[in-house]
Amino acid sequence: MQLSVDKRRWVTLADLLEGQQGVLDCLELPEDLARRLMELGFVPGHVVAAAKSAPGGDPRVFRVDGSEVALRRETARCLRVRLAE
Amino acid sequence: MSDCHGSAVELAQVRPSGTRKTVAIVGPPNAGKSTLFNLLTGLRQKVANFPGVTVEHRVGSMKLRDGREVDLLDLPGVYSLEPRSEDERITRDALLGKLPGVSRPDAVLLILDSTNLGRHLMLAAPVLSAGIPTLVVLNMADDLEKRGGSVDAEALANQLGAPVALISAAKNEGVDAVRNYLSGQFAVPKPVELPVLQDVPKCRQWSAKVGNQARYQPPAPPVWTRRLDSVFLHPIAGPAIFFFVAVLVFQTIFTVAQPLMDATERGVSTSAAWIGETMPETWWRDLLVEGVWGGVGSVVVFLPQILILFLFIGILEDSGYLARAALIADRTMARIGLQGKSFIPLLSAYACAVPAIMATRTIENARDRIATILIAPFMTCSARLPVYTLIIAAFIPERPVLGSFLGSRAAAMLGLYVLGFLAALVTARLLKSSILKSDRMPFMLEMPPYRWPTVRSLGLRLYDRAMAFLKRAGTVILAVSIGLWVLAHLPLKDGRPPKIEDSLAGTFGRTVEPLIEPLGFNWKIGIGLLTSLAAREVIIGTLGTIYGIEGAGEEGSPEQSVGLQQALQRDLTPGAAVALLIFFAFAMQCLSTLAVVRRETGGWKWPAAQFAYMTVLAYFGALVVNQAAIRGLF
Repeated sequence: MQLSVDKRRWVTLADLLEGQQGVLDCLELPEDLARRLMELGFVPGHVVAAAKSAPGGDPRVFRVDGSEVALRRETARCLRVRLAE
Repeated sequence: MSDCHGSAVELAQVRPSGTRKTVAIVGPPNAGKSTLFNLLTGLRQKVANFPGVTVEHRVGSMKLRDGREVDLLDLPGVYSLEPRSEDERITRDALLGKLPGVSRPDAVLLILDSTNLGRHLMLAAPVLSAGIPTLVVLNMADDLEKRGGSVDAEALANQLGAPVALISAAKNEGVDAVRNYLSGQFAVPKPVELPVLQDVPKCRQWSAKVGNQARYQPPAPPVWTRRLDSVFLHPIAGPAIFFFVAVLVFQTIFTVAQPLMDATERGVSTSAAWIGETMPETWWRDLLVEGVWGGVGSVVVFLPQILILFLFIGILEDSGYLARAALIADRTMARIGLQGKSFIPLLSAYACAVPAIMATRTIENARDRIATILIAPFMTCSARLPVYTLIIAAFIPERPVLGSFLGSRAAAMLGLYVLGFLAALVTARLLKSSILKSDRMPFMLEMPPYRWPTVRSLGLRLYDRAMAFLKRAGTVILAVSIGLWVLAHLPLKDGRPPKIEDSLAGTFGRTVEPLIEPLGFNWKIGIGLLTSLAAREVIIGTLGTIYGIEGAGEEGSPEQSVGLQQALQRDLTPGAAVALLIFFAFAMQCLSTLAVVRRETGGWKWPAAQFAYMTVLAYFGALVVNQAAIRGLF
């Protein structure tokens, strides 16, 4: 991935490799779903780190706000992050 | 209600103080609500349903030091009180006293995970704004300390306007603070500044601010959880361990349970023989020995096995491994059109379909939920276990399959479990690609840290299970056994009972015999199939009674009645035995499940369709197997 070249580039959670982290910027999801995710810790401004995944890379566990939550790739794709330093 | 001001008005009107107080336990999932509830109530608890709704909850009572009693209400785990899912609506309504038939609680125990306080504190805002006296219980204090975190409970109490207790429910540390609170006078929380509840980021800011004021130091990441996850979620080792665990469970059910079962069986047959010898020779002695002991006794023998299965399920669930299993299974579930969340109810259907069907409430999508409900009874529930064990033990000789690790009987059992799972998958695929088609729902599942299951909570589970099983043996199975014994002794001929073939039960069995003969079953099995419509394991009691009577007729004395296994070997060909196994794998023989499906889906349409589908599948599955065996195809 050429993402490391431009650290300010916008990516989604689905682009993070295991161990990478980013700051959550926004959730491009219907309000109901966005709320649910926020209650699980995905609040904009929080650092999200990609962790282990199921075999095949999907779903993946994300560490956010002291919790670990598994999301499918199709959902992770809707969460935009800024790559952290 | 959007802030604390709104609640102050409602507060005044509801304070009916009866003699016995009710305290609700509220908290997010995985905060340790049940552990605390179990600790406080012990065996003085039961599962109940709120009137009119399907959400199951536990109620229990606890004795205070001064002899008074308090009722405890364990509400569903929620992250917020916004009424979007049924769990959230129930919890909210219960706290506001809007639930019909349930009075508003006098106090609330708000259980939060102290190792994840930033996020869990968010729930404090809506709960405190309900204006009910609240004790904020910070659980997992031992874990917090071990991982280098800390919190100033007193400062937090000042911030929240409510008392705070720092405890470890699993280690039973600090729980006296909770008991003291429950013994004292309840005080309404002091008004504090609360955020607008609908705005999650604002709530999170508020909880961060409160946490800071309380000098909350979050703990270091859970090292062991990460280490274990790197094994359990390893791309190759993970699925391998998953499979290994499954095999281990089945092997243990056979090897460890066997001596226990043998001992129980000896107890049952010795006591039956003792009754047969000591009591005078009357018809009610025969009823006791053949009907009650033969029927109920042959079912009770399987109690050790069922308890071992539940012990395993309990360990998997309480340790946090089940969430990882759901993660690993999500891709497979997605392929059949369901989501990983359906996996947890389906796993618990291995114990019993009834709680599993209730657990589908966590699935937000209605069509996914119905599909999960419809396939849940295919999972091999514990009532099938005695039937499988009996037939396998009678027809499959024990020999090693994978060295000493897996025997042929455990392998056959494992195969039947896989068969049920496959039937569920295929059915789900059919449903989801036709009548229950829907958009894929997002999958989000919190991975709790791994924890040691506590002996107390495992013990309570087993106790619950044993009681439920014995209760069923003492009611349904007892009634069926006695009823059957009577039907097998009527009509009297010259004041003497007829041969069993000519009795009412026998006539009935022989009437249905032509229908089941192609499956390889005779009229005795036919009677068993009919009685097992009530519950699967009833067939064992039924056969126990029939063969008991038959044995008594042949040998003259009841204690020489032939064992069930030998009797089955005489009555079934190996092909028919396999057909019987297939029949039980597919058929919907459980009134409780049908009743709960009707309640959860709101009508007879789905349970009727489910019953018809499963019966047809069972009949033709068994037919194909038996006919193939007759033609020497295997």
